[in-house]
Amino acid sequence: MTSGDVQKSPRFVYLQVAPLVLVLFFFFAIPVALVILVSFFHYQMLVGMVPQFTSKNYVDLLSSPTTWALYLSTVKFTVIVLIITFVLGFWIAYFLVFHVRNLLTAIGLFLVCTVPFWTSNIIRMISWRPVLGKEGLINSGLIKVGIVSHPLDWLLFSDFSVVVAYVHLFTLFMIVPIFNSMARIDKSLLEAATDAGATRWGVVWNVVLPLSKTGIALGALFVVTLTMGDFFVVTVISGGLSGSATSGIFNDLQFLNYPRAAANAVILLVVVLLVAAAIFRLVDVRKELVR
Amino acid sequence: MAASPSSYGPRPWTFYALATLFALFVIFLYGPMIAVLILSFQGPSAALVFPLRDPSLMWFDELFNPRRVGDVVGAFERSFPLALIVAALTVVISVSAGFAFRRRFIGDTVIFYTAIASLIVPGLVLSIGVLVTFRYLGMPAAWYSSALGAHLSWTLPFGLLIMFAVLGRLDPSYEEAAYDLGASRWQAVWSVVIPIVLPGMIAVALFGFTLSYDEFPRSWLTVGSKNTLPLEIWTMTTNVTSPALYALGAMTTFVSFAAIAIALTSIVAIQRRRSGSK
Repeated sequence: MTSGDVQKSPRFVYLQVAPLVLVLFFFFAIPVALVILVSFFHYQMLVGMVPQFTSKNYVDLLSSPTTWALYLSTVKFTVIVLIITFVLGFWIAYFLVFHVRNLLTAIGLFLVCTVPFWTSNIIRMISWRPVLGKEGLINSGLIKVGIVSHPLDWLLFSDFSVVVAYVHLFTLFMIVPIFNSMARIDKSLLEAATDAGATRWGVVWNVVLPLSKTGIALGALFVVTLTMGDFFVVTVISGGLSGSATSGIFNDLQFLNYPRAAANAVILLVVVLLVAAAIFRLVDVRKELVR
Repeated sequence: MAASPSSYGPRPWTFYALATLFALFVIFLYGPMIAVLILSFQGPSAALVFPLRDPSLMWFDELFNPRRVGDVVGAFERSFPLALIVAALTVVISVSAGFAFRRRFIGDTVIFYTAIASLIVPGLVLSIGVLVTFRYLGMPAAWYSSALGAHLSWTLPFGLLIMFAVLGRLDPSYEEAAYDLGASRWQAVWSVVIPIVLPGMIAVALFGFTLSYDEFPRSWLTVGSKNTLPLEIWTMTTNVTSPALYALGAMTTFVSFAAIAIALTSIVAIQRRRSGSK
């Protein structure tokens, strides 16, 4: 068929993909390459970047206990948030796919979960202030009921509030991919497992969980990279008390120390990419997506 | 026969347990937003917490008064067109690329993984990179150049993933039928393929608009001297301690909800017309 052949002509395919490639080249590949390049530059007070090769930035950073403390704090947050968002995301997706019987209801409830994704993150974070603050809803409620006599001050501007904000912002990124994976599971498989004598829990553990692997991996990829790369949640909602890997970059930038900020950024990038690579080794995401 | 989870029997206890979990999650998700919405109508007491005393619109009025809080109107006048441009470009570029990815070609894997890498690279890292790039080129950073590109590098992978999902369900036989009936390539695309994937394109536009409109880290160093709205809000969190901040939050959320409502109703309308004309 001639028209089909015309469509398959490789030149046309490259034309179709060219705009994407151009944007990725100029606004992803080149910037990241330049960050790597600049991270090996000298920094001089008042002058700024001096294009002279040095590995001083990396040596400084990697030998500084502050860097390690910041990364430890980031990893701690990431692990806690990953566990909470996974448990929440898995069971919410499970509820929507296997317990809600009407498809339209399921889609409606799914949308309820996703709408906040399309609203401003900063506003969603600020909105915890009147809830968690010293005179906030939770504290005044607790005092009224008589559970505590003084407001709890660890609710806001603490590690606790940072975790709350992350879970609030990122659980969605778990729900959506897991929901997608679960929606593709043939329901007769579950019935077969039950008929063969599996308990309800056994079905979840041996059938649903393995078949949702791709969704879980994609969700974990999002949650890990978003939490590790975040810098404004920790700044706004921890009150400057908790640090993260990005706080170092932020400080360097305020002193216009671009080489050090770049070196910091490269270290962060390497850590994030290692995690991503580990996840991609577990599942072939593209094959699953195009399927 | 044993009751299976999907058969129509009495609901198992797990249904009620998980329904409770879901309800609590929805309260967790929306509760704080609703609190801010209510408190944006705070009266002259200017209290940042409940109770709401003498409800008024004074803090909304304050927003349009640049002496008191920053340049909110100006920031909106940059953020809004930027989000529209990003949405339009995201649709065109990711739809086009999505079609290319329907078949294998040399370099497809590299492009795909570059797009994924662009999705997961921390926004702050990219922000630094784009700023440094523009410095080397000797070009000033501005919302319509550097910030636009930085936003696209984040919205395009999302758009591409959505197009994968949409085009994965598109049956090629529709196009083949169009060709067999003598349609040219453009006719086939314009009259057959585009109408089928239109709901997906609206979804891509929604992602492009809202992701750009709310983007903070990728805008931070790339917008130049004049702030976009998220940056303005960010500045306000540190130096404005009045419910004006909540009022701005309410207004921003309203714009996002309007975008979501327009997108979802048009998708529903298209689906309904389609099933009606069958």
